[in-house]
Amino acid sequence: MARATTIQALRNRGISKKTATILADAGFTLEKLAASKVDRLTKFLPKKEAEKVLKKLGAAPPAETKPAPKKEKAKPAARGRKPTAKAEAEPETPLTIPVKAPPLTAGEQEIMDGLKEVGRWLPRYVVGELAKKIHGLKLSKKRLHEVLTKICEKFDLHAIDANESAGIVSAQSIGEPGTQMTMRTFHYAGVAEMNVTLGLPRLIEIVDARRVPSTPIMELFVKSGHTDLEKMRKIATEIEMTSLEDIASIETDLVNMRVLAYPDDHRMRSRGVTWPEIEEKMKKFGEVQEVKRQVGNVEKRARALVVEAGEPSFKKLQRLVEQVRTMKIKGIDGISRAIIKKRGEGYVIYTEGSNLSKILELPYVDASRTTTNSVQEIYEVLGIEAARNAIVNEAYNTLQEQGLTVDIRHIMLVSDMMTNDGDVKAIGRHGISGRKSSVLARAAFEITAHHLLRAAITGEVDYLDGVAENVIVGQPVTLGTGAVNLIYQPPAGLPKPSAIPKPKPVPVPPVPVPVPAPLPAPLPAPEAEPAEPEEPIQEVVP
Amino acid sequence: MMSSMRGVTKRIQSIKFALLSPDEIRRMSATKIITADTYDDDGFPIDMGLMDSHLGVIEPGLRCKTCGGKVDDCPGHFGHIDLAMPVIHVGYVKDIKKLLQATCRKCGRLLLTRQQAQEYMAEMEQVEELGGDVTEVGYVTKETAREAQKRQRCPHCGEEQGKVTLDKPTTFREDGHKLTPKEVRERLERIPNEDLRVLGMNPEVARPEWMVLTALLVPPVTVRPSITLESGDRSEDDLTHKLVDVLRINQRLRENRDAGAPQLIVEDLWELLQYHVTTYFDNQTSGIPPARHRSGRPLKTLVQRLKGKEGRFRSNLSGKRVNFSARTVISPDPILSINEVGVPVEAARELTVPVHVQAYNSEIVKQWVKRGPAPLGPLGEYAPGVNYVIRPDGRRIRVTDKNAEVVAEAVEIGYTVERQLVDGDIVLFNRQPSLHRMSMMAHEVRVMPHKTFRFNLAVCPPYNADFDGDEMNLHVLQSEEARAEARVLMRVQEHILSPRFGGPVIGGIHDHITGSFLLTYKESKFTREEVTFILSKIDIRDLPPPDIKKGGKEFWSGKALFSAILPKDLSMTFKSSIAPKGDIGLKELKEEDSLVVIKDGVVLSGTIDENGVGAFKGKILDKLARDYGPDAARVFIDKGTKMAIGAIMIRGFTTGIDDEDIPEEAKKQIADSLRTAIEKVEGLVESYKRGELEQMPGRSLEETLEVEAMKILGRARDLAGQIAGKHLGIENSAVIMARSGARGSMLNLSQMAGSIGQQAVRGERLSRGYWNRTLPHFKKGDLGAEAKGFVKSSYKSGLHPTEYFFHAMGGREGLVDTAVRTSRSGYMQRRLINALEDLKVKEDGTVRNTADTIIQFKFGEDGVDPSRSVQGRAVDIDDILQEVLGEEPSWKERLREQEMASYGLTEKDMYVEISEEEVEVEEEEPPSEE
Repeated sequence: MARATTIQALRNRGISKKTATILADAGFTLEKLAASKVDRLTKFLPKKEAEKVLKKLGAAPPAETKPAPKKEKAKPAARGRKPTAKAEAEPETPLTIPVKAPPLTAGEQEIMDGLKEVGRWLPRYVVGELAKKIHGLKLSKKRLHEVLTKICEKFDLHAIDANESAGIVSAQSIGEPGTQMTMRTFHYAGVAEMNVTLGLPRLIEIVDARRVPSTPIMELFVKSGHTDLEKMRKIATEIEMTSLEDIASIETDLVNMRVLAYPDDHRMRSRGVTWPEIEEKMKKFGEVQEVKRQVGNVEKRARALVVEAGEPSFKKLQRLVEQVRTMKIKGIDGISRAIIKKRGEGYVIYTEGSNLSKILELPYVDASRTTTNSVQEIYEVLGIEAARNAIVNEAYNTLQEQGLTVDIRHIMLVSDMMTNDGDVKAIGRHGISGRKSSVLARAAFEITAHHLLRAAITGEVDYLDGVAENVIVGQPVTLGTGAVNLIYQPPAGLPKPSAIPKPKPVPVPPVPVPVPAPLPAPLPAPEAEPAEPEEPIQEVVP
Repeated sequence: MMSSMRGVTKRIQSIKFALLSPDEIRRMSATKIITADTYDDDGFPIDMGLMDSHLGVIEPGLRCKTCGGKVDDCPGHFGHIDLAMPVIHVGYVKDIKKLLQATCRKCGRLLLTRQQAQEYMAEMEQVEELGGDVTEVGYVTKETAREAQKRQRCPHCGEEQGKVTLDKPTTFREDGHKLTPKEVRERLERIPNEDLRVLGMNPEVARPEWMVLTALLVPPVTVRPSITLESGDRSEDDLTHKLVDVLRINQRLRENRDAGAPQLIVEDLWELLQYHVTTYFDNQTSGIPPARHRSGRPLKTLVQRLKGKEGRFRSNLSGKRVNFSARTVISPDPILSINEVGVPVEAARELTVPVHVQAYNSEIVKQWVKRGPAPLGPLGEYAPGVNYVIRPDGRRIRVTDKNAEVVAEAVEIGYTVERQLVDGDIVLFNRQPSLHRMSMMAHEVRVMPHKTFRFNLAVCPPYNADFDGDEMNLHVLQSEEARAEARVLMRVQEHILSPRFGGPVIGGIHDHITGSFLLTYKESKFTREEVTFILSKIDIRDLPPPDIKKGGKEFWSGKALFSAILPKDLSMTFKSSIAPKGDIGLKELKEEDSLVVIKDGVVLSGTIDENGVGAFKGKILDKLARDYGPDAARVFIDKGTKMAIGAIMIRGFTTGIDDEDIPEEAKKQIADSLRTAIEKVEGLVESYKRGELEQMPGRSLEETLEVEAMKILGRARDLAGQIAGKHLGIENSAVIMARSGARGSMLNLSQMAGSIGQQAVRGERLSRGYWNRTLPHFKKGDLGAEAKGFVKSSYKSGLHPTEYFFHAMGGREGLVDTAVRTSRSGYMQRRLINALEDLKVKEDGTVRNTADTIIQFKFGEDGVDPSRSVQGRAVDIDDILQEVLGEEPSWKERLREQEMASYGLTEKDMYVEISEEEVEVEEEEPPSEE
């Protein structure tokens, strides 16, 4: 989080936390600040404070903290929440890098030591797997080293080649199974009550980096008591957003120009709403009264919420009805439904609709496991690394669910590409493709004319580094075998090609020769002196 | 000179984009165009007309008046039209608007204080310096312009600013008064260079006033060639038509203006000129009607030529047409190796490989040439001839039977001879859509009679090919470098392992799997005759010793035969595809002969089926390709498939509708279970109507009913399938295919023998058609099973008319789905490729883009190539442990333990199934029918 870095850097220079936060939120990085004039800062700070900042910055040693690599957009202010494993807490004291990996187990430590001794390296997950597998086998040090060397050898053998066009392979590996996916929105496996977008539409949604997924869903874990169904029920009703409409039948009383809402006891109970709550929430609008209600032909007395329209305007009344109807009684914005599901021992809550920041504020929620399928929300609340992992997980699960296996490395590459500069960008003309450095590559993708016209007035230069550009101008691309050159330098003292005497004719069998085998590669073509062409022999075909 | 061109590689370093100034247009113009006429009465181009021969030549025989070149030598030259009045360039309307709004109407300066401008400039430079891309720099300039627009008074001269608005497409107004292009141009001229940079323009290559045209560049005739119809009439290109319009109006405008015509007329003509110039650039500008051809077809002008899928960029620059290629229908040939392709003689005669004549081959090449273009071997078989001889000066000489001798004599070192295809030549073979790199692989040629391309069936999966009329393309490589690359990187065997998931994509399909099953299932045994028949198909000369003796006769077990093609040191264990599903014990596995144990190259137990040799799932293939190399894997596939075919030929294999015959009693059972299900649904409907149905949380009553009904009917179908399945044993051909993974599934079988089940559209029971009912056969509002699309019948018994309609409805959805899906996923893939195409792994292991930005520090976090990975894992630890610790007692003990347990196999290895362990809480027992 570049914002946090900036704040910390400013604080290290003796600037108050408040000022630092304001500056960071305004999108300043250290470097930008140093280059700024006082009156630029006065937009955000009192003049005196601004001068102080600049003075301090000038005095402070321009050491350690690196400025953010890119123009940093002001992020929404971090919401108050419990620090989580994923979330990076705003550092109050000197910046520490949170340790995400679990500590090494004894077996893993042993292997790590062994690796150090043989001078090799293996990724953590291989170490973990190996540790599990050799656990309990009493291996001598020699044996262990033998195993490790062997594994490292194989590991190196499986390494990806330099100049491999990793991007294209990954894109193909994700795109190709797309044709085998379904289009339909499925009911969630096992649960009839929830609709989840799956298959191709969901995959497209992920790579498009949509702000809101078409079916936002949260998976909510609690810190304790997850086996207590009653407690979970309570939580579920608590977070479910309940509007007046959900618990009451709403009628307009045209005669008296007022709106009447008759809350239904049954529905109220199932939603966990009480009369005082309604009264409290609706205080501004109206009050609870005992009114006569016409049900069929019978007139009954019923308790109702009465909202007076005030002026005699039907238009206004109409608007008022809408207002009353959508009035929020309780719950969390955006969460339209919460369902409890059994998961192993205990229960989890699935919600239709998503509001990560508000949910994480709830004290009983286990923030380290609770998640949403909205990548954008994860980005806003937990930051870019979390968003990157969310994309990987979502895309991987979407493919998996369809029974298609795609190596996770491909998905990681796509995800890393989307989140590379600290901002979730879509795959497509508004995201990555529209920001390519090459004019030709952009023009070849979409909105051709626009890119060419724009390039002309800004005087853009295309350096032909990429694939599309080189294909367009007809040159070898810069990937794979096109990225390397092989130059043959004949050893000195070799006779010049022209000096080579003509060899004797090779004896050739009579005309119907047996089918010749493919020719061996000719020697590096010696520049044979081009024989002066004779008169055209015969008909020349252009 | 061909020979001197070889080895010289020119590289374009960069391409700079800029705006043409009127001066530059006139400077680069070969001639000024003034007349709208094109050709004179004799059919020759008129001077200073649109087809002026200074602009290049399109007719053979004529010479260009500018460069003197003939048709193919002269690239064409630009001309120009001097416009009587300036005209706005449509492509830059928005930029002009931005400039007019951001600069002073009087002094032309940017409407910001000098300091503000400097700050924005600094910000822009910083963004650029930090590697900001076009879009990000664009944000800054946009912000600058927005800030400048806010100012009402010029900070430099104090002039009050008007409000400039744009009347689409090309009319500017200031406070409601029209600004003529001339005025606009004057204003733009006043903007000083330093103010332009802040606004994102580079004044060195693009002055803003050049966005208002005073001279129009006329493209060379080679860009807009006219075609002569067979009637002798000439038909001009759309661009020429448009330019004629421009010239005409330009002429009239000039005459009228010079004659002092009323302002109104001049303005009208001026606007007309603007219209023509606008449509000349872009005929799809919104807000104006497109210019049309006489026939009513809209003209294809400049932007239309470049834009879109059929435009210059995507159709001619990113993709190009090639020579030395062939396309025809494909058909299967199990005799060919997987890396071969059968090429029809007709195609082989046309496709050639260039052979450079050198000292070492000059004699043999001369012999080839002498044989002419269509020689035959001693048995009348195909022999390669030569189609063309290319002299060192680039002249091509067609070789005919008549001139072959003479031409052959002339061939010497430095010539190039185009030799026809020969067995063993390497070619590229491709089937569209080319969704992954395995869609284009290198094969070796086998020239064959008949007219189709032929290849081994094991290569169908990567190409996604079948033989219902598919066509494929073949390309002959034309350079030694290309051939070498193809041989090393693109041959079929190099692609057995897919980079998508690190498993085999090439392998046995359909009959290969059935054949392997028949060969190896349980105690299959074969007589001497049968064994010789099977083994004669592959290159095994010596009979293995017979391993079964019965009644004094010698037999060979199928497992022993299959072992003959396995490497002698192969050991592995895995579950067959026929293994019963679910968590089962070792005993059941062994009973079904579905635990494959291979030790030292001998199949000890188990059935070889899809999980052994099938494409995508074949474990043996996977292991061979990884540990024994692509060539060994290729040989294994070749032999394994042939052997399977041998086995299936001996055993005989057929399937028909009688395979789905089930006893009367079973039919009754099925009918009973279906009836109870339907009654249950009726019960549900009843309780719904009585309002007694328990509502699901968050669902309406109707939805609850639907969900419950779907559930019951789904279960009913499964039950019917199960009953039917009980009567279909493993000896049943259809079951063999389904279980071994050759084709079809048990679901298909149960639909044929049991019941087809509920038809659905959008995941719901059918509901549409008539008012409140699906078909007039039912009562309005009937919510029962049959009225909402439940098909009781099986495919075998045939469908009732109503069921037939329902089935068609469900089937239609599937068709629509496929049609929509292909286009959607195609576009997604195009975007993915476009976004990632420039990424490559550098020598230091990082993945970077062209700007050298690091995308990943290590590809996939561990730097492992997915196609070399072991199903996604970096290394096969078990394998290595076995290798190193093989003899260690503790390891042996561990293995024994594991064997007892489950052979280290997970359910995932076998099939993918959505786990249903997540039992929901809210689910109520469906109300029973009382």
